[in-house]
Amino acid sequence: MKIRARRIVFLLVGLLLAAAAGALAWAAFVPPQLDSRDEVFEIPKGTWAQRMAGNKALEILPDRIDLTLGLNDQLLLRNLDEVPQQFGPVLIMPGQSFRLPFEVASTYNFDCTAHASGQMRVVVAEHPQTPWQRLQWRWLRWHHDHNKGDAAKAHQHA
Amino acid sequence: MRSLRPWIAALMLAAPLLAIAAPALKAGVFEPAYAAPEFPGGLSASSAAKGDLKLANFRGKLVLLVFGFTHCPEICPTTLATLAQARKQLGADAKDVQVVYVTVDPERDDADRIRKYLGAFDASFVGGTGKSQPLEALRKNYGVIAKKIEDKAGGENYGMSHSTSVFLIDREGRLRALMPYGHPPADFVHDLRLLLAAK
Repeated sequence: MKIRARRIVFLLVGLLLAAAAGALAWAAFVPPQLDSRDEVFEIPKGTWAQRMAGNKALEILPDRIDLTLGLNDQLLLRNLDEVPQQFGPVLIMPGQSFRLPFEVASTYNFDCTAHASGQMRVVVAEHPQTPWQRLQWRWLRWHHDHNKGDAAKAHQHA
Repeated sequence: MRSLRPWIAALMLAAPLLAIAAPALKAGVFEPAYAAPEFPGGLSASSAAKGDLKLANFRGKLVLLVFGFTHCPEICPTTLATLAQARKQLGADAKDVQVVYVTVDPERDDADRIRKYLGAFDASFVGGTGKSQPLEALRKNYGVIAKKIEDKAGGENYGMSHSTSVFLIDREGRLRALMPYGHPPADFVHDLRLLLAAK
């Protein structure tokens, strides 16, 4: 009976290890893909009204935006509010969008009055080619999606 | 009808491919494109043209609108040299492209100084200057930032921090795109050719 239980434990541990190794291999060797090359940031309807009401902590664009060539290499800024908005480096009319493509990996600095630093930084990385780069990209992407979800929830509660 | 079927099928198959193949601008694109804000009254041109400097004066041409100042040590000379190079590469089409350079430093940039400065890059470039108020209003309408950086020695040798992108305004006066600083002349030529060909 004891031997049988031990075998089951070994089997389960083996399966878990195999699954982990498989996931790791997938993350390292399968080229990453995204549904769209757009990295979207939106000014929701009512943002101006919230700012007028004194909600100064309403920051939609982060100080730093990370993009990757061939994956998410287009910054898409949308103004869903009812007034023109300075969004990063551009003034966007109500209902208008601004799509900025990047073709060269580099760090781009834009003047931006919306940030305390007065600057918005866009860091464009090369397309991940090696297994290690793919793992890094997937980890950072997971982290980014996780943070974006939290920020969206915080904005809804603001 | 039967003979048309293969053509209709081919067209249906080709349509999405054509849409994908449509060349995109290298610059950032506004969608939809609205009329570019007209210049307020009180701005004078560095060229021989009389009266206020108005965007409407260039209707029918592509306008590349730049904000800067003639004492700028790096950004403005680079941008203006890039635009001059792009116009050269356009050949005969360059006649349909107008560069307009509006100062963010009216204290030092009068019409004569801007004319001489621009002439060093391309004699066709037009400059704009005026009193602070209309220039500020113009910058606000385009979302352009300009800030004085005081001379630490307390002299007249102050600098200006300013937005560095180039606005691309089409022949109908619509603000179509914004090219960030640092793009080579070839990128401007690419976009200008697309915008010149567009109806």
